[in-house]
Amino acid sequence: MGQITLKNVRKSFGATNIIPNINLEIENGEFVVFVGPSGCGKSTLLRLIAGLEDTTSGTIAIDGRDVTNEAPAKRKLAMVFQSYALYPHMTVAKNIAFPLKMAGESPETIEKKVADAARVLNLSNYLERRPGQLSGGQRQRVAIGRAIVRQPSAFLFDEPLSNLDAALRGTMRLEISELHNQLKTTMIYVTHDQVEAMTMADKIVVLNAGNIEQVGSPLELYRSPKNLFVAGFIGSPRMNLIEGNAAADHGAATIGIRPEHLSVSTTEGKWKATVGVAEHLGSDTFLHVTADGVGPLTVRTGGEIGAHHGDTIFLTPDAAKIHRFTPDGLAI
Amino acid sequence: MARAISTRSKIGWTFAAWAVALIIFFPILYTVITSLKTEPEAIAGFNLIPSFTLENYVEVQTQRDYFRPFMNSVIIAVGSTLLGIIIAVPAAWSMAFSPTHRTKDILMWMLSTKMMPAAAVLVPIYLLFRDFGLLDSRIGLTLMLMLINLPIVVWMLYTYFREIPGEILEAARMDGASLWGEIWYVLTPMAVPGIASTMLLNIILAWNEAFWTIRLTTTNAAPLTAFIASFSSPQGLFWAKLSAASTLAIAPILIMGWFSQRQLVRGLTFGAVK
Repeated sequence: MGQITLKNVRKSFGATNIIPNINLEIENGEFVVFVGPSGCGKSTLLRLIAGLEDTTSGTIAIDGRDVTNEAPAKRKLAMVFQSYALYPHMTVAKNIAFPLKMAGESPETIEKKVADAARVLNLSNYLERRPGQLSGGQRQRVAIGRAIVRQPSAFLFDEPLSNLDAALRGTMRLEISELHNQLKTTMIYVTHDQVEAMTMADKIVVLNAGNIEQVGSPLELYRSPKNLFVAGFIGSPRMNLIEGNAAADHGAATIGIRPEHLSVSTTEGKWKATVGVAEHLGSDTFLHVTADGVGPLTVRTGGEIGAHHGDTIFLTPDAAKIHRFTPDGLAI
Repeated sequence: MARAISTRSKIGWTFAAWAVALIIFFPILYTVITSLKTEPEAIAGFNLIPSFTLENYVEVQTQRDYFRPFMNSVIIAVGSTLLGIIIAVPAAWSMAFSPTHRTKDILMWMLSTKMMPAAAVLVPIYLLFRDFGLLDSRIGLTLMLMLINLPIVVWMLYTYFREIPGEILEAARMDGASLWGEIWYVLTPMAVPGIASTMLLNIILAWNEAFWTIRLTTTNAAPLTAFIASFSSPQGLFWAKLSAASTLAIAPILIMGWFSQRQLVRGLTFGAVK
């Protein structure tokens, strides 16, 4: 079980209000991602759930039990840190065994559980090594191993992949998703990388300045962002946000159109534009253009397009995919 | 980025490094050489080739007891170090793991006591020692050396403890460790190398301390520093014997320093490079 409920949770450090007031329900077995820019309070929120920080007010309940004032160890949660936080003086086996040892399990049980975890995480050959002798990916797996042996009611991940290189990050992302499918345990995952959020989450919580901007599945957030912040944050490349006459034509203060919802033509279209930088990725091409009367736009188009700096092209937005926003930034 | 170093400059720098090392080491080397000379040879002037006589060592042993000051040095150096560690560990611990906005000031104040010239407090300390009956006692000297080295011990331990990442302690907390579990299984093993090099350095500092050891002792508690000083007698300076006594005094710490140099260097540069 791992149902987590936050009610009117507030956190301030001195006079600084990090989290003004948060209400959130996390269902058992869900993979929830907290995403937001640096300093939005996502890590603080995770640490509040872990019990590493005290709430200023409000309650946190796990499976209906109020744990607001309980020590981290009593909450039956496991955490994977950004820096891995392995015990450098212990071997891999001892690192993974540590929570079991603290729980007073028998040596036979510990040995069996460590062996099981090592097998799942492909660490069986490294059990006698120390963290210093492992690569970044292996260290991260040891940290995950240490988390899974306890069979916690939920896993907390604090930007666990940000110290890895891009290729390894992709692999580990898959491994963590795979682990979630196997264990079916609640996972809360903090990241500033919206690709991680989109690919892994059942539910994304978008945070900004300590407030929840929107909660929903990745596609919900992609298709119908509630406001300008979420519209600009979710999706890569970012959504084009257009103000002025072009927006007024659609009866809104601001309109948003994603780069993939603009069609390109060399002969005719709604907006005439001049190509600036063209990024050829092979599968896709990102054109950074300046459209007359509209402003700078990013366009996502096929990989084989032959557009170059200074070329004139014509763009037509997919009318059904235009997002409209009020002057307050709320979606219409 | 690696810089390309030509063979010629490599030779030049190696040469320069050896020259500097030799200049630093030379006084010790010359002490050992002089101790192997006869007295007339020793006063004859600069000469690097002794007659390799051991008579000075024999005479130093027969004229004065080497063993007693040696034991005094051991007791005072080790005693003051242990006492210092016992006091400094909790101090450094609390400053490293639950600092307040005054922590930096306290650390600076501690260090500032080392900037005061020792001679400035000689008279009050001498009077205190006299009134408390601590003059020429091992306990008095142990306390004194512990106190004068305490700021350095606290500072060194503080830097060590600061290097232990807070996330590791939080991980231990998440893993179900109690406060004592955290201290026993995680913090202490990680702090042991730091405590060990701090102890080594403190033993060396205490062993070499001459200002207070010579002034606060006469015979009973006199360590090796006072033993050397006693060879500058009213009848004149006996250079060869003085050198033999010095060699005997520094030999133990030199040997200890040689075997623990890796630990020591790590201790002194710890935190400088990640």
